[in-house]
Amino acid sequence: MKQYWSSLISIVFGLALVMPVPVFAKVHEYQLDNGLKVLVKEDSRAPVVVSQVWYKVGSSYEHDGITGVSHALEHMMFKGTEKFPTGEFSRIISENGGRDNAFTGPDYTTYFQTLEASRLEISFQLESDRMRNLLLPADEFLKEIEVVKEERRWRTEDNPTSFLYETTKATAFQTSPYRYPVIGWMQDLDNMTIEDLGGWYKKYYAPNNATVVVVGDVKPDEVFALAKKYFGPLPKGEPISIKVLEEVEQQGAKRVKVKRPAELPSLIMMYKTPVVKPGTVDQTEWDWEPYALEVLSGILDGGDSARFASRLVRGSEVAAAASAGYQMASRLDNVFSVSGTPSKDKTIKDLEDAFRKELVDMQTNLVSDEELQRVKAQVVSADVYEKDSVFFQAYIIGVLETIGLSWQLADKYVERIKAVTAEQVMAVAKKYLVEDRLTIAELDPLPLGAKKPRRAPTGGSRAH
Amino acid sequence: MHINNRFLLDLFMRIFLLLLLGLNWSLALATPNIQHWKTKNGTPVYYVHAPELPMLDLQIVFDAGSSRDGKLPGTAALLNGLLDQGADGLDADAISTAFESLGAIYGSDVGYDSASVKLRTLTDEKLLNKALANLQRVIAKPDFPEDALERQRARTLIGIRAKQQSPGALARDAFMNALYQSHPYANPNSGTEESVKAIKREDIVNFYQQYYVANNALIAMVGAIDRKQAESIAEKITTTLKQGKKAQSLNKVEDLQKSNTVFIEHPSQQTHILVGQPGLKRGDPDYFPLYVGNHVLGGGGMVSRLFEEIREKRGLSYSAYSYFSPMRFKGPFLAGLQTKTDQVDEALSVLMENINSFIDNGPTEEELIASKKNITGGFPLRLDSNSKILGYVVMIAYYGLPLDYLETFNANIEAVTIAQIKDAFKRRVTPDKLVTILVGSSAEKQQEGT
Repeated sequence: MKQYWSSLISIVFGLALVMPVPVFAKVHEYQLDNGLKVLVKEDSRAPVVVSQVWYKVGSSYEHDGITGVSHALEHMMFKGTEKFPTGEFSRIISENGGRDNAFTGPDYTTYFQTLEASRLEISFQLESDRMRNLLLPADEFLKEIEVVKEERRWRTEDNPTSFLYETTKATAFQTSPYRYPVIGWMQDLDNMTIEDLGGWYKKYYAPNNATVVVVGDVKPDEVFALAKKYFGPLPKGEPISIKVLEEVEQQGAKRVKVKRPAELPSLIMMYKTPVVKPGTVDQTEWDWEPYALEVLSGILDGGDSARFASRLVRGSEVAAAASAGYQMASRLDNVFSVSGTPSKDKTIKDLEDAFRKELVDMQTNLVSDEELQRVKAQVVSADVYEKDSVFFQAYIIGVLETIGLSWQLADKYVERIKAVTAEQVMAVAKKYLVEDRLTIAELDPLPLGAKKPRRAPTGGSRAH
Repeated sequence: MHINNRFLLDLFMRIFLLLLLGLNWSLALATPNIQHWKTKNGTPVYYVHAPELPMLDLQIVFDAGSSRDGKLPGTAALLNGLLDQGADGLDADAISTAFESLGAIYGSDVGYDSASVKLRTLTDEKLLNKALANLQRVIAKPDFPEDALERQRARTLIGIRAKQQSPGALARDAFMNALYQSHPYANPNSGTEESVKAIKREDIVNFYQQYYVANNALIAMVGAIDRKQAESIAEKITTTLKQGKKAQSLNKVEDLQKSNTVFIEHPSQQTHILVGQPGLKRGDPDYFPLYVGNHVLGGGGMVSRLFEEIREKRGLSYSAYSYFSPMRFKGPFLAGLQTKTDQVDEALSVLMENINSFIDNGPTEEELIASKKNITGGFPLRLDSNSKILGYVVMIAYYGLPLDYLETFNANIEAVTIAQIKDAFKRRVTPDKLVTILVGSSAEKQQEGT
C-alpha cells in the first residue's frame, strides 16, 4: 500500500539505512533547464523499468505543530489533478500492469512506479502532471487524514517496539529535526489542515527540488528525451532556503523509560554519530570515519558469525535478539544504535551491561584480521547481490542524490570499506561511543490484560 | 496514449485491443527456461541459467513443513533453525564464519507445507565450492547439540511471547486456528508454549531422519553456473543425504460447517479484523477465475473494491485487502483491515457487504478488463530478479505445476470470463461459513458507545 515502504525504512529503522551501497557500472546524468535532475542506469536483465521521483523534503524539513505534513502530502498526491482526477493515477498505472507507491523519510519523499520497460512514458506523464498541478481537494483530505491516523495507530501506537524507537529518537535529538517521527505526532495530525499541505506542496514540489531516477531496460538518451517532453515545460519553483537545524552538543547521557502494554522488555542504546559528508570534488580526499563506523557495525552485527550473535545470543545467552545499526548516509548527523531483547531470566540491566562490555571491547582491543576480512568479503558480495533488484539500485542513486551527496559516492563505497583498518575501527569506537553522545531507552512492559477469547452470539467452535 | 481515450472506445474495441495486447505479450514473454532432471538417487532438480550476475541462488526444499509436526507443533521449525547451529563436529560460530567469510548467505525457512535451506553465494569457483561444502555439512550432518537446542527453544518461546504484544499476530494465529481446527494448518509454525516445551532432542532427530532425505527433497537453482556445474552440485548435495522415503500424504482440509466469530481482548487502539475460510489449493481448477476475481475484489493493491470502499471512500483503514493463499490443501481465503475500535461495526459491515455483493454479482466487464490488464501487463515484473525467479521455480516444482506454468500464465488469465468468476465465487466462497476474528479492546468499544 501507499507508504508501505516507510514502514520498512523510515519508521522502524529510522530511515537512511543505506547500507551497503553498491558499485554502479554507469549512471547517465542529465539536467533540464528548470533544474530537474535525471539519472538513468541501464539494466537489461529483464524487460522492466523502475521510475522514481525524489523530492528534497521530509520530516526533517518540518517544525513543531506540523509534524507529519510531508507524509500526509504524500498520501494526498494520489488525490488528483485536473487532468487526472482522484484515483486516476493508480488506476492508470494499474491498467498498464504497473505497481506504484510512495515512501516518506526524514530527508525525502519519493514516488515510484515499476512497469514493463516500454511503458515508462506513462509514469513520466502522470508524475510530471502531479509535480505542479495537484488539486488537494478538502473533502478528500478529511478522509485521508483519518487514514494517516489509522496508519499511525497501526505502526506506532499499537506496536510497543516502534513506540519505544520513536521515543528514543525524540529524546536523543534536542534541536535536530530528526527528533520528529516521519508520520507525525498524533496531535499534529489532529490539527493538520489542507492549507498546511498546500503551502508545503507549493514550496517543495518543483523540478528544481526533484530528481528523477530511472533504472531498467531503457536507453538513457530516450529516457532523457521523454523527461524533456514531460518535465521540461514545468516552471521552475522559487529557490528554497532551509534554516540550519544542527543538533546542540549533548551534555551527559540521557535515559528514558517507556511504559506500555507489552509482553517483552526491550532496550535501545543510541549514540550520535557523524554521517558521510560530501568529499572533495575529485573524491581524492574523504572522511574515513563513517566507513570505519560502518565496519564497526558489521563486526558487531554483520551476520550470524558477528559478535552479537556469537557472544550475546549464543555465548553468554544474555540476549534473545541483539542488533546494531549505523546510519551512515543522511542529510544531517544521525545515530549508531544497538538494541535488543533480553533472554528469559535476564534483565534489561544484564543486557545493557553486556552491550557496554562489547562496546568497551571495541574501544580497547583491535578487531581481529579474520573479522575485518569477513566484513569486507560481505561488502564485496553484497555489492553483487544488490544488483539483483532494479528497485534497490534506483533507491541508492536517489537517496544519495537527495541527501546532498552524489550518486558517484556509491562507486567508492566498496573501495573505502576495504581501506578501513582495525586501528580506525578502534578510533571511532573511542571517539563516538561515549556517554556524552548516548541515549538509553527501555521498554517497561505493562500488563496486556486478560486475553480471554469470547465467542460472539453466532459463534460456534474454538478460539485462540 | 490509449489510456486517455479509454472512454471513447466501445466495448468491442476494447476487447479487440486487449486481444492484440495479449497476443503481443504472449509473443514477447521472456519466461525463464526451467531445466529439469533427476539426480542419480532420484531427487528432482530444477535449474535456470542466469548468467548476468556472478552469483547463485540455491534452495533445497523438503516435504518437512510444520504440517508434519504431529502432536508436537513447532518441531519442524525448531529443527530447521538448528541445522546450522552445530554440524559435523563444528559449532555455530564455525559454521556461520565459514559461510560469511566467503560473503555467502545461508538461510532456512519453514512453512506449513515445506521446509527449505537456502544459499546465496558468488560463483567464483573457490568461493562456490567452499560454500557448497559447508552447506552439505549443514543439511547432511547436523549434530543438534543439546545446548543449541535449549537456546533455540528459549528463543522460540520468546518469539511466541512476542506475538502476545502484536494484535496482528494474535489475529493471524486465531484465524488459522478457527479455520483449520483439527488439521495441522491450525497450529502456528513456531508451535505453542506447551508443545515447544515438550519437544525432545529425540523428536528432532527422528523428524530429521524421516524427512530430510533424498527421496523427500527437491533442488532448485538460479544463477551463473552452467548445466554441467548444476548437475554436479545437485549430485554432491544429494549423495550426502540418506536415501529415505517420500513423506506420506496428509489429510485434506475439511470445509467449515458454519460461521464462527471469535473476539480476543487486547489493549490496542485499533481492532484487527480478519474474515475468511479455507479457499484454494495449488493446482486447483478454480485457481484462475478466483485469482482474477479476487484481484477486483481486494487483491489489486491500491485499485480494488475493498480498498476503494473502506479506505478511499470512508477513510476507515490504512489497509484493506483480500487474497487467496493457495497451499497443498485448501489455503486460506482471507479479507482484512484494521480500524480504530469505535469504527469496527461500520468497517465490518462495509467489508461484508462488499464480499457478499461480489459473490452475488461478480465483477463488471470494465473491472474485469482492468484487472486482466494489470495482471498480464505486469507479468514481466514477476520475473525481474533471480530471487523472484527462484520463488516461482520452487512453487512450480514443489506443487507439481506444469513446467510451462509461466509461459501459459497470461493466456490463462485472459481466458477467464465473468461467468466463470461468478460461478467459482459462488461455489468456493460461502458467506454462511465464514470465520470472523476481531482482536481489540472491548472496554473502549463500550465507552465509545457503539
